[in-house]
Amino acid sequence: MSALVRLEAVSKSYATPAGTVTAVQDLSLEVAQGEILGVIGYSGAGKSTLVRLVNALEKPTSGRVFVGDDELTALPEKRLREVRREIGMIFQQFNLFRSRTVAGNVAFPLKLAGVKQPERDARVARLLDFVGLLEKAHAYPEQLSGGQKQRVGIARALATDPKLLLADEATSALDPETTADVLALLKRVNRELGVTIIVITHEMEAIRAIADRVAVMDSGRIVESGPVYDVFAHPSTTAAARFVATVLHDRPSADTLTRLRAAHPGRLVTFAVPEQKGFTGQLSRAFADHGVENEIVFGGIGELQERSIGALTYELTGADAAIDAALDALRARGVDLVEEVELEEQTA
Amino acid sequence: MNDFIGSIDVYLSAIWQTLFMALASLVVSGILGLAIGVLLYATRPGHLLENRVAYTVINVVVNIIRPIPFVIFLIAIEPLTIRVIGTYIGVYAATFAIAIGASFAVARIVEQNLVGVDPGVIEAARAMGAGPLRIIATVLIPEGLGPLTLGYTFLFVGLIDMSAQAGVIGGGGLGEYAITWGSQRYNWTIVYIAVATIIVIVQLGQFVGNRLARRALRR
Repeated sequence: MSALVRLEAVSKSYATPAGTVTAVQDLSLEVAQGEILGVIGYSGAGKSTLVRLVNALEKPTSGRVFVGDDELTALPEKRLREVRREIGMIFQQFNLFRSRTVAGNVAFPLKLAGVKQPERDARVARLLDFVGLLEKAHAYPEQLSGGQKQRVGIARALATDPKLLLADEATSALDPETTADVLALLKRVNRELGVTIIVITHEMEAIRAIADRVAVMDSGRIVESGPVYDVFAHPSTTAAARFVATVLHDRPSADTLTRLRAAHPGRLVTFAVPEQKGFTGQLSRAFADHGVENEIVFGGIGELQERSIGALTYELTGADAAIDAALDALRARGVDLVEEVELEEQTA
Repeated sequence: MNDFIGSIDVYLSAIWQTLFMALASLVVSGILGLAIGVLLYATRPGHLLENRVAYTVINVVVNIIRPIPFVIFLIAIEPLTIRVIGTYIGVYAATFAIAIGASFAVARIVEQNLVGVDPGVIEAARAMGAGPLRIIATVLIPEGLGPLTLGYTFLFVGLIDMSAQAGVIGGGGLGEYAITWGSQRYNWTIVYIAVATIIVIVQLGQFVGNRLARRALRR
């Protein structure tokens, strides 16, 4: 699939009274047509700036931004406005016009695009029907719940049939149940309408629920990216591991490790469980071959994108050399394992 | 009281003059002040039409003119009033002076109310590809209409006050009536009738303004 969005070595810094702040640093990224890309990071990681570079609400200090065939960094403001009409955006605080009804909010981008009546009313009705709020057409935003407001936001963002939808912390102000509804709606937007979506969030649960790919941002850079399953199964950076740990509780936290060590004097090793069958049997055989005693002390196996995912922590007892040999043999067969070394600053 | 009955036609035309001065200057300064206020808001750093030079110039002009006591402003602007209206006395001259003077106060009221508009909705409109002028006309002002209406109501009360001061330069209205028929003749009945009338006008203005603001805010 071709890339709908491409960022090439993009940096963005701001002059503030306290000095220059770099929000995005030398960042390159491609978003394929039709995918849902999740961008996760803590506040201040540069996610919001990143998403605003994609619809040119922010101009990069250096680097180039492409959306479709347009190089945004080379277009004048007037052309950028036309490009923005092709990109939908939804916000954490919904940002609905309080002076307009639900229908008036959805009609606004259509008016901008010059869509005339009665076509405009028909489109508004169709969009509100799609998000399940047709009966609220004449209500004002303050009469709606948070989830309803965001659904209006989504209808408004989709009004001009954009190819790309940007969701900036779109579920962060919602309760868990409403979050699930809104995420399911975004997934429908992607699957049924073929809209490419970039989801900016600090909640790994949102990524887990809908993203195809995830990019982990830290200090203005993408420190890790890949298919969601791969990053969840084998996070290679501390930042990614921390986010994964917020939704998968199959790896012991620092507190848990302290408790485990008190109860289990042997060496603690955590294994990522692969999808293939017979994994624990493989481990048992390797331990038996080297005369290593073993006991599962922590872990779990769950499901992600309809694939198994999990980790198991073993206590291994026996001669150090024997344990090392067993672990080396497993590593050689491609087993992903981490020894929970004491004093290691394990972050939850 | 007999003096009052004798001057009843003067009293009635004074009411009319006061209403005319307040309402006509409300319209003129409302529009002029809205334009200056929107410019002040939009040219601020980080806003839609960010322009440091324009903002500084407008800001300084507003800051210089606004604090001038109105009685002095009336006199200071007389050459301009004569050029535009042809005279510096009378209701039209007073209305002109009031409208100009009030515009700068309105500009601040408008600016301060617009600052309270959620920047998120402005950003949403920008993200939809709306240009700055479009955003000002179709997002910013409608979103700020509730507080703006309250601001304009507050302004109306101020304009009644200014119209009374304009009586000093022969502007007519209830202010002049209270002075020439009232205090200068030691007729306190007439002074208090003028005062009571002004209170009623102010109350009515406040009432109408509150109603309109409530409608805009839908509360």
